[in-house]
Amino acid sequence: MSPIRKAFLRGVVSALPMTVVVGPFALLFGVVATEAGLNVVETMLFSVSVFAGASQFAALQTMQENAPVLVVLATALAVNLRMVMYSVTLAPHFGELPLRSRALMAYFLVDQSFATTVAEIDRNPAMTAMEKRAVFFGAVVAVAPLWFLASLAGGLVGQAIPPDYALDFALPITFLAMVAPMLRSLPHLVAAGVSIVLSLALAGMPYGTGLLVAAAVAMAAGAGLERWREMRG
Amino acid sequence: MIDKSTFWIVMPVLAAGTYAIRFSFLGTLGARPLPGWLTRCLRYTAVAVLPALVAPGVLWPAATGGETDPARLAAALVTLGVGLVTRSTMGAILAGGVTLFALLALVGQSGA
Repeated sequence: MSPIRKAFLRGVVSALPMTVVVGPFALLFGVVATEAGLNVVETMLFSVSVFAGASQFAALQTMQENAPVLVVLATALAVNLRMVMYSVTLAPHFGELPLRSRALMAYFLVDQSFATTVAEIDRNPAMTAMEKRAVFFGAVVAVAPLWFLASLAGGLVGQAIPPDYALDFALPITFLAMVAPMLRSLPHLVAAGVSIVLSLALAGMPYGTGLLVAAAVAMAAGAGLERWREMRG
Repeated sequence: MIDKSTFWIVMPVLAAGTYAIRFSFLGTLGARPLPGWLTRCLRYTAVAVLPALVAPGVLWPAATGGETDPARLAAALVTLGVGLVTRSTMGAILAGGVTLFALLALVGQSGA
């Protein structure tokens, strides 16, 4: 098997566990969106064009509350601002690839493809850019079709799903399960701790801005502690 | 019910904005190296952003109207704990999910 194909399969396999929550999450989005008054076509257009679950939920919720357009957009885009950091993180690894490759990757840059790619680069730092791209698209193949199909199924099923399954908690559990294995040094632990404490303290800040402040300070705390420990020797 | 004229403005602008965010550095930076302080910061992006994204919802879930729910809180702590000890995302999700549904079933309370 060629190294590229191996890398692709590693991407598929490491992203597979995430399908356990991506499926129900997309299904839930379809249900919630149709219950909020969108038809199946609108629900699918939304899922395909935005392709960012957390922000789609944020937009649905604020639109249901009849928030002004600008507030809806600011909230949903704030949820997606973390992807600037994903884009920055991946850029040095893929800079040598043609623009059309990177343009396509940008569309598919979601939590799952990012997490899978970064973890795999961590394990095999010697991979070429094309192998890294294969890992990325392996993860995409594992989660993206499922996201679209489950959104569609959710939209079609509509109100038939009872609200008793606590699917609202699928997202927090996924994110926490993704973060926990990354907490392998004191600076990582401190960054996560600062992130939690500040996001709770600033939860009252409007439109998700508390999240952004908490994340920025937490990042600086982790990086600062790492630098301080290095300087101390 | 969602106002359709709002929706038809929000959807394309959110789609374009989200794409622009994703494309920002990946599409324009090329292979230029980033300054050291920036890469140092970026090592901590995931652990800085994801906990902040979920912490308020864990403590004050929207599904219970913002009231702290012992089942959801316990499920979150178990997820974090199992993930820390086993380093397995899949194991952490399963442990968290089982905890959540076991506790919800135990107190006979609906999820939403």
